[in-house]
Amino acid sequence: MTGEPIARVKSVSHRYGTTVSLDDVSIDIPSRIMVGVIGPDGVGKSTLLGLIAGVRLIQQGEVSVFDKNVADVRNLTEIRGRIAYMPQGLGRNLYPTLSVFENIDFFGRLFGQGAEERRGRITELLTATGMEKFESRPAGKLSGGMKQKLSLCCALINDPDLLILDEPTTGVDPLSRGQFWDLINTIRARRPQMSVIVATAYMDEAERFDWLMAMDDGKIIATGDLKELLAKTGEKNLDDAFIAMMPEAKRALHQKVVVRPRVVSADETPAIQAEGLTRKFGDFVAVDHVSFKIPPGEIFGFLGSNGCGKSTTMKMLVGFLPATSGTCQLFGQPMGSDDMQARRNVGYMTQAFSLYGELTVGQNLALHAELYHLPRERIAPRIAELLDRYDLKNFVDARPDSLPLGIKQRLQLAVAVLHEPSILILDEPTSGVDPIARDAFWRTLIDLSRDDGVTIFVTTHFMNEAERCDRISLMHAGRVLAVGAPYDLVKERGSASLEDCFVGYLAEAAGIDMTKTAEAPAVDALAAEAPLGPPARFSPGRLWAYARRETVELLRDPIRLAFAVVGPIVLMLAFGFGISFDIENLKMAAFDQDQTPQSRELLQGFEGSRYFSVQPPIYSDDEAQRRMRSGNTQIIVEVPPGFGRDLLNGRKPEVDVTVDGAMTFRGETAKNYVQGVIAKQGEELKRSILRPGTPNKWSNDDIEVRFRYNQAFLSVNAMIPSIFMLMLCLIPAIMSAISVVREKETGSIANFRSTPITRFEFLIGKQLPYIAIAMINFFTLYLMAVFIFNVPAKGPFVVLLIGTFIYVIATTGFGELISSFTKSQVAAVFATTILAMVPAINFSGMLAPVSSLSGGAKVIGLAFPSSWYQQISVGVFAKALGFADLWPSLAAITAIALAFLALSLLLLRKQEA
Amino acid sequence: MSQASAPAPRFVQHKPLTFRDHLANIYHLVIKELRSIRADPVMLFLVIYSFSISVNTVATGAVTEATNLSVGIVDEDGSTLSRQIAEALKLPTFQPPVQIRASDIDPMMDKNKLLFVVEIPPNFEADVRAQRQTGVQVNVDATAVAQAGNGSSYLRTAIANEIQRFISGKDASTAAPVNLVVRAAFNPNLKTSWFSAMTQVINQITMLTVILTGAALIREREQGTVEHLLVMPIVAPEIMIAKMIANGLVILVAATLSLQFVVHWWIGAPINGSLLLFIFGAAVYSLVVAALGIMLGTLATTMGQFGLLAIPVLMVTQLLSGSSTPMESMPVWLQYIVQIVSPTPHFVSFAQAVLFRGANLALVWQPIAAMTVIGAVYYAIAQARFRRVIFGG
Repeated sequence: MTGEPIARVKSVSHRYGTTVSLDDVSIDIPSRIMVGVIGPDGVGKSTLLGLIAGVRLIQQGEVSVFDKNVADVRNLTEIRGRIAYMPQGLGRNLYPTLSVFENIDFFGRLFGQGAEERRGRITELLTATGMEKFESRPAGKLSGGMKQKLSLCCALINDPDLLILDEPTTGVDPLSRGQFWDLINTIRARRPQMSVIVATAYMDEAERFDWLMAMDDGKIIATGDLKELLAKTGEKNLDDAFIAMMPEAKRALHQKVVVRPRVVSADETPAIQAEGLTRKFGDFVAVDHVSFKIPPGEIFGFLGSNGCGKSTTMKMLVGFLPATSGTCQLFGQPMGSDDMQARRNVGYMTQAFSLYGELTVGQNLALHAELYHLPRERIAPRIAELLDRYDLKNFVDARPDSLPLGIKQRLQLAVAVLHEPSILILDEPTSGVDPIARDAFWRTLIDLSRDDGVTIFVTTHFMNEAERCDRISLMHAGRVLAVGAPYDLVKERGSASLEDCFVGYLAEAAGIDMTKTAEAPAVDALAAEAPLGPPARFSPGRLWAYARRETVELLRDPIRLAFAVVGPIVLMLAFGFGISFDIENLKMAAFDQDQTPQSRELLQGFEGSRYFSVQPPIYSDDEAQRRMRSGNTQIIVEVPPGFGRDLLNGRKPEVDVTVDGAMTFRGETAKNYVQGVIAKQGEELKRSILRPGTPNKWSNDDIEVRFRYNQAFLSVNAMIPSIFMLMLCLIPAIMSAISVVREKETGSIANFRSTPITRFEFLIGKQLPYIAIAMINFFTLYLMAVFIFNVPAKGPFVVLLIGTFIYVIATTGFGELISSFTKSQVAAVFATTILAMVPAINFSGMLAPVSSLSGGAKVIGLAFPSSWYQQISVGVFAKALGFADLWPSLAAITAIALAFLALSLLLLRKQEA
Repeated sequence: MSQASAPAPRFVQHKPLTFRDHLANIYHLVIKELRSIRADPVMLFLVIYSFSISVNTVATGAVTEATNLSVGIVDEDGSTLSRQIAEALKLPTFQPPVQIRASDIDPMMDKNKLLFVVEIPPNFEADVRAQRQTGVQVNVDATAVAQAGNGSSYLRTAIANEIQRFISGKDASTAAPVNLVVRAAFNPNLKTSWFSAMTQVINQITMLTVILTGAALIREREQGTVEHLLVMPIVAPEIMIAKMIANGLVILVAATLSLQFVVHWWIGAPINGSLLLFIFGAAVYSLVVAALGIMLGTLATTMGQFGLLAIPVLMVTQLLSGSSTPMESMPVWLQYIVQIVSPTPHFVSFAQAVLFRGANLALVWQPIAAMTVIGAVYYAIAQARFRRVIFGG
């Protein structure tokens, strides 16, 4: 051991629900060397690394890094800048639309580096990694190996003293893997004070590390350097040594993989035959004239660098990606897309887990059995057989989401072979799976090939797996470089091992000179540098880093941007013209049973009014009923027989009016209109037919109604301000909600957890671009209000501007609040829509005034910013109010915005549970 | 099975899939979708919330009818008549009037504290008695478009009646030459809560079905499971139809329960027509909006885009459906557009006809047919885009 321990772990236990991930682990991790953490999936490697890196909350026990207890947030904040953490998954903490340079630059900003310093460091890192040519390529368009190198550059930008890498090379091809470790060595040579902790599933890699920790079942089962471990177990390589270190019970499950020779059958019609298979995506040729013939029962290994077109080839073989040119035949039958026959003969396993995580293991199997139309009586026995053969019996009722990768892969294989296909196509089935599970998996593959004669087409990055294949092909950049038995290929090229042979081919094809080893520069000035001090408590630079990145990402997503800018314009047009309470053209029909001049005089009042559209008269009760029911008559005025006579005799005849009450607002308005007309006509009748009434100066017309704020009483004048309220609420809220939750889903939230950015900087930084978008929306809407709808603000524009600014801070803040408790984008969209739409539409004062709300509606209405902004918007547009009148609303929105921010800060966790 | 020299299996010729097989596929996929929905407690909670508490709060708490209106009175007369006028303004239409000073009119109305202010001038009673020219002024906040019109009519009538009674010593209605009886069919008291409860159920059907179905498609694509489905002997329409049926079904059941328990029992709205006919129409509508959800799901490539696309679509379908404001109030060209692109106006008119007017199938086949046609177009667009979207162009 060299030097003081970099990290001390004391009695640490960690559980997820009832699953124990770490079980009373105590260990001192030595500094200034490469420490490897090895072990199967789900034994707690990632958890341990996460706790040391400070991205996970310590549940029990004590972890000190750099001699500081990291359970104390202040200590953690102080040392955060000295630790770099690279999470599991290919490029999971990168931003795919940002270029290589921008990605690293973002990290540089988070660590408060100046422009010049960043430029210098990035150039240095890119040169060291050989990526200087790709500086402006988006991270999403890099191959897996390059993504990992970029991720490493991001981690190294701040010259960390502790570098934590969680399975950095899983799923990366051998050439890129080699380059990755060379790079780490170069950097370590330059900065010998840097300690590195790596978790890995590749035992051959682990053999290079200085010191190893083997883990199983949440416990550390062995520590020491390679020699010690090999000596302890008496094995020759780490793979075997690891298995020997496992507890007795588990070791018993393991059997060495023995490849039995393939029996060549008489009929050798190729099971799979590809001829000049080509696939282009636009200009990019993903697969370039690939040809091969695979006899039935063969295990065919399909090897190649990341992004060389392996998965695309497989998708064409299984028939869901049409080939641009070339053909593919299965057992001599040409394969087309939508070919149901071929699909029923092929089993396919995708690279990523692609079964339903929310269905149980048993339900997944049953679903696939049904969809492959297994005969009803065969389903139950076949599922039982598979559960047995793939050792899934204990997990029948478990959901795959909760299972370790090894078991999920077994389930995927079980599903792929469920319908007993004669061809199996497996895309990296063992990526990220531990050695024991991998061996078990391969034994079943060999059984399938040798016992059942199934043809297996498999891709892998593990050379010991490639050696087990009958034949392999090597692919690079869409072309097949070589095909043959592994042993023959090695011999042909004169390489020492299959790995060397493979790397040699790839390097040759990629034009990399393998003889040139990266020279280790002398220990430079950086080595003497004092450790970094604690980062600033608040840094506008970090905030700006997030705001800037968010903006760039938004600008690179033209669809999202277009929706955000055009959406409100379209809606303004639709609502400005469409939402109107001006009721006209009510369909009115008369049922005149009297037919006297008096009755006609009464009904005369409905003619020629824009409020009524007079329909053909009604002649029977039945007809009246029917027409009202069908909805094509909304008002029926029934004048009884003897109306005229009774009127003349002063007997106050009754007039029955029925209005359609199905739509209440219209019904109520219709009722008022009718009352007005009848009252007026009644007065007329009284005056013309009857003797003049009691002389009275008072007339009901002396009640003068003044419509304030909107003299013409037009809906549009009142609706336009409401549309501002609506538009500036929902769209900004949903955008900001998605922006945070997306980071959780893609994994880039890890950067928030592992860098010195604070919660406040993160939230505000992510909010700024959406506030800006909302303000752009505001100006567009305002111009439309003035020039299209002719509804300019009567009050001071500046009050409206300030009000809007605070309002969009509140609404984007609402989105962030939603995002702090939702985990998936689906849930975020759902929750934002459901929780924001009702208060914005129904409780804001747009349809019903806030003063007449009651109960829960009033409480929700007042707690949501929309009801207050509605007052500002209506106040400035229609009532010509200024700051003096509107300050309470401004204050209320400010308070709500602050409350949203406070709640978000409270709910957003800097560390994962 | 495990012989050393097992013959290699050949390409097995299966019977081609029959129509029954396709139906069976859809059935199994529907079951799968239902299980997925069940596995997501947050979504289920939101669905239940939307159809129960949310419907009730909107229906009973925020009414567009002229009710619970805030009124202020500037009584410069202080007479019996002016007091009688104030007393005539009663719940449920008016809140008890607030006595204010003339100088308070502007601030109170500006701050939305009062929607109406009645000004009674000095010597009003004396002037009326002496038959001198006088008048009452009613100030209305016309920015409350939904209440201003009807509210001022009620206010005017109430005041006029009081004055007439004061003059003639008898009720105003007896003074009028004609005895007008206005009856509101289907909703005698014109209670908005009945109407808005139903509207809210319709809105929730639209919103939840579109989001659930569209999200189900996008999630399947983002998690890569749709790739897996497509290598099985399944065709794209089966996947789409299964999603529409499963999500539509969940929402339909929730909507039916909501109608029965929340709208009918809790809020007390009558259901005049056949519930069965309504469920039939709602089933058609659910499928149609599910097709809309799938279509939006194929137009957007990420959840972020889907959210931004769905919100405006939902707002238009909801606010321009004729359920929040009357369809006839829209410009004619807009009525045509809305009725061509959106199924919601048709469903609103169907639902009003069945639930309130007790219409039978003969009267409502037109909206059902219109919805079906619109849904078929959505579906056709979705299917045309489906493969292209899955394979990334």
